[in-house]
Amino acid sequence: MSANGPVLEAVKLTKHFAVKRGLFSGSRGVVRAVDGISFAIPTGQTLGVVGESGCGKTTTAKLVLLLEQPTGGLIRFEGRDLETLGGTNLRDYRRSVQAVFQDPYASLNPRMRVGTIIAEPLVTNETVEAAEVRQRVRGLLDVVGLPDRAADLFPHEFSGGQRQRIAIARSLALSPKLIVLDEPVSALDVSIRAQILNLLRDLQAQLGLSYLFIAHDLAAVAHMSHQIAVMYLGQIVETGAAETVAREPKHPYTQALFSAALPSHPEEVREEIILPGEVPSPLNPPAGCRFHPRCPFSMPRCSAEEPRLLPVEGRLAACHLYDQKP
Amino acid sequence: MSTPPLLEIRNLSTHFVSARGKRVVRAVNDLSLTLRAGETLGIVGESGSGKSTLALTILRLLPPAARIVQGEINLDGEDLLKKSDAEMRHIRGKRIAMILQDPMASLNPLFTIGDQVGEPMRVHEGVSRGGAWTRAKELLKAVRISAPETRVGEYPHQMSGGMRQRIVGAIAISCEPALLIADEPTTSLDVTIQAQYLKLLRDLQHAHHLALIFITHNLGIVAKMCDQVAVMYAGRMVESGPVRQIFNAPAHPYTEALLQSIPRLVDNRQRLTAIDGQPPDLAAPPAGCAFHPRCPKVVERCSLEEPPGFAVAESQTARCWLRDPR
Repeated sequence: MSANGPVLEAVKLTKHFAVKRGLFSGSRGVVRAVDGISFAIPTGQTLGVVGESGCGKTTTAKLVLLLEQPTGGLIRFEGRDLETLGGTNLRDYRRSVQAVFQDPYASLNPRMRVGTIIAEPLVTNETVEAAEVRQRVRGLLDVVGLPDRAADLFPHEFSGGQRQRIAIARSLALSPKLIVLDEPVSALDVSIRAQILNLLRDLQAQLGLSYLFIAHDLAAVAHMSHQIAVMYLGQIVETGAAETVAREPKHPYTQALFSAALPSHPEEVREEIILPGEVPSPLNPPAGCRFHPRCPFSMPRCSAEEPRLLPVEGRLAACHLYDQKP
Repeated sequence: MSTPPLLEIRNLSTHFVSARGKRVVRAVNDLSLTLRAGETLGIVGESGSGKSTLALTILRLLPPAARIVQGEINLDGEDLLKKSDAEMRHIRGKRIAMILQDPMASLNPLFTIGDQVGEPMRVHEGVSRGGAWTRAKELLKAVRISAPETRVGEYPHQMSGGMRQRIVGAIAISCEPALLIADEPTTSLDVTIQAQYLKLLRDLQHAHHLALIFITHNLGIVAKMCDQVAVMYAGRMVESGPVRQIFNAPAHPYTEALLQSIPRLVDNRQRLTAIDGQPPDLAAPPAGCAFHPRCPKVVERCSLEEPPGFAVAESQTARCWLRDPR
């Protein structure tokens, strides 16, 4: 654990999307995509966010990247509330927080040469001379393990893994402090995934980067993260040190999620918890604990009262099973 | 061992030939395998390794540019490659069924679920429309769709991804096939829905004594579901044998490297062993063993001669010169 404070902190972060139901009715519903989540990313470490589609993990990433405005709560970056930042400070924040997305075929402009792609953040954010740009691009290519001549080629001349390296080089161009990694390896071939995961880990160690790592591959998240947050329908149901959560999940949803993860060896026998049904719509989430309709341990209290995140054996879990107040 | 195999593929080669015949892609190259009734075979490989082409060859659903150059595909002792197109139509859907990755693409949006689940029975078994509708309801129940009475009259867009994939499963088993080929059946599903679906497939397999072929890039699915595994690389089956044996003692360096490159759930955060380089271009594969440019154990002979399959242990073979008994 680092002694410094977190690089980024979210407090009761909320994003509700208003939707019109029906053409003429005018009655509006609210999709609670992210509903009051709090987390902190320690400096130089990785927070992994796991959950199934619709749990709000990508919306969380967008909020951190300022691609969406929160409808409630706040984000603190190095101790300062983003709401209070303006002008230059906000520009600094945008430079300090970069992103690598899932699909390197979609995130790189096919008409630009790799050198231009990597230099673009530099050119738009800093006044640097052409010669220095070229030198910095070469340096960045070297850091991600690509040859100098890659700068003169187009994205289509690279394989998926190499393209993801290009996207990583671009995200490093402005020497950021935090990188949001949204499913960075799920579009890649199995034999290439390990290369990229290793590269990300090396960069973290070398440059002291912090990561917000979002993925549905539980093993990859467990491998990459220091802290894990498990999301279900817009809320964090369990969070703590990666080892603690992965070894002994406490929330029934986390337990089911980790038991559903595929084994790495045929002799690895895990208790199989098959959840009934599917994730309900965030437009109309169940009352009380949002997981209670699918929960094998559901009690009467669960449908009435929303559980709070409370400390349970070295991590936080939001479940009435562990909240034994009378 | 005395029962004859249900499926026996001998020296099968499928090539893609360009319009002028200049470029030849050996997508499946001299492949042999056997599968018994009730057994599950996993075919693993990265994109472009030829695993999907193999499935399409078994079903004789190849695109026009593909040629089956040599080999036999014996299903219950009858060579499918000698069948006429009309005969194949009676085999597809009746004796061999297939589940594809994207259930929305395999269902027709304009027909009701009942019509689509009943169609194979009407075509292959001459069941009446009403009879097929009744059977469709039973099948929906068998794949655990809730309220089959109403679902049977609904359309694919009214279902979630997991339900659609279960409906595709219902269509696949409607005529009680002997062999079911599943090509990445859970790739588009969430983790807990994937667990539901894999359990369903296993239950269906036991109930109908199906032989199952799983085509996947995910070794976790192989570990969880399969009895036998065939590892493909650049059109070749580089290793095959019983799953446990191969996970415990992989004989081919590619299999070994793949197994080491997967992150584990409970993990000491050690560096992953990555496989360097990229999978080869099948139109211009490297000389000798196709894996030799990436192989950590390469010897001189590997770049000169292509290795044949060597028997490593009982029913385990590997195409690697290191396994040459001489």
